[in-house]
Amino acid sequence: MKVSLTVNGKPAAFDVEPRATLADSLRHDLRLTGTHIGCAHGVCGACTVLVNGDPVRSCLILAVQTEGASVTTVEGLSHDDHLTPLQASFRKHFALQCGFCTPGILTTAHALLTAEPYASEERIRDVLSGNICRCTGYIPIIEAILDARGAYQTQSAAA
Amino acid sequence: MKLPKFDYASPATVAEAVALLAGHDTAKIISGGQSLMPVLAFRMAYPSLLIDLRRIPDLERIDISETCLTIGARVRWCDIEDDHRLTTAHPLLAAAIPHVAHHQIRKRGTVGGSLCHADPAAEMPGLAVACDATLTLAGPSGVRTVNAADFFLGPLTTALASDEILTHVTLPAWPASRRWGFQEFSRRRGDFAIAGVAAFYDPDGHGLAGNAHIGVIGVNDRPRRLPQAEAALNGTAADAEAITATAAVAAAEVDPPEDIHGTARYRRALLATLIERALTTAATA
Repeated sequence: MKVSLTVNGKPAAFDVEPRATLADSLRHDLRLTGTHIGCAHGVCGACTVLVNGDPVRSCLILAVQTEGASVTTVEGLSHDDHLTPLQASFRKHFALQCGFCTPGILTTAHALLTAEPYASEERIRDVLSGNICRCTGYIPIIEAILDARGAYQTQSAAA
Repeated sequence: MKLPKFDYASPATVAEAVALLAGHDTAKIISGGQSLMPVLAFRMAYPSLLIDLRRIPDLERIDISETCLTIGARVRWCDIEDDHRLTTAHPLLAAAIPHVAHHQIRKRGTVGGSLCHADPAAEMPGLAVACDATLTLAGPSGVRTVNAADFFLGPLTTALASDEILTHVTLPAWPASRRWGFQEFSRRRGDFAIAGVAAFYDPDGHGLAGNAHIGVIGVNDRPRRLPQAEAALNGTAADAEAITATAAVAAAEVDPPEDIHGTARYRRALLATLIERALTTAATA
């Protein structure tokens, strides 16, 4: 089936079997391999992308269900060659080790701070319960997200 | 490819969707897919056709009237969380829904999907039973309504016929004076509850509890109310002594499963504690 959508701000198209997940289609058809597939059944959160601004597990949505949608992957968070403030904060706080879960955590945290730039540590911990990380123990991830809030608060005030 | 092969359709009306269901032996409805997609990924189901409700209008509405609260099948958990009317229109629902799964799943998972999937530990089926909800089902011969208590037949098993679609669920209006509590316990935030309780009662003019409703999840093969525990609470002042007695009756009234998450004995003890906490919150909050 043919699917037309927007991916990272640009028009994109899939020609896929109905059973193809969005995660598979992003990786195999568009070669956007920044979206990582961990469990492929909705447990780990590594494949989280934004669909119409909402963070969702791309292994739990069919590509054909994204007709007309706007999808943002980890590749689309930065609009140039520089790290976003959130990404820079992850670097500063050593908020990753192997990095496999990082794309899903970055997309989730970006959506959270865009909607809730003053999110509390408790709220951040609640939201991060949907992303499994086996390296860091989460503490540096939470510190990085807390530290990145300022940039989103500035954006939100400017908007 | 992890999923089995199937065809896909996205009809524009409920009637078209019902006709597609009736025309295929093994068709399944999909909306958020947050329960069905894992089932497909494990190849526990081989539907010939998935019928997506995404183009059908009016299924994502939350309507509040003086007599009832009506929630469309495609309403997502995040829609309930974001609807601030519900903190007064149905505070029990508003308090319970943030316990459903994780943030990303609440952005896509739907009320109708959870009700039709019928996991014995899921919050929404438990709320529907606890609150005497009515489910509206559309089929080839028209629309029928089913009480939540009669809808859930067992684990992942409901009274929904293979050619029917759940369109919405209706909960009776919530009196402002109602006392209520919600409690659940899981090993990790957002995971399925090992046990949970949604409880409420209406105090009479003398402060005595009446109309007690105690709905439980995770401690039977389906969500259910506990009539013996409710009878133990009715007519009492809902003080500490009555609450402890009610919790003890409840623990004896359930038939919990044994699995990797806990023994039946553990679940009974856990349920008693959760009921004590829920009723204490109800009496004091």
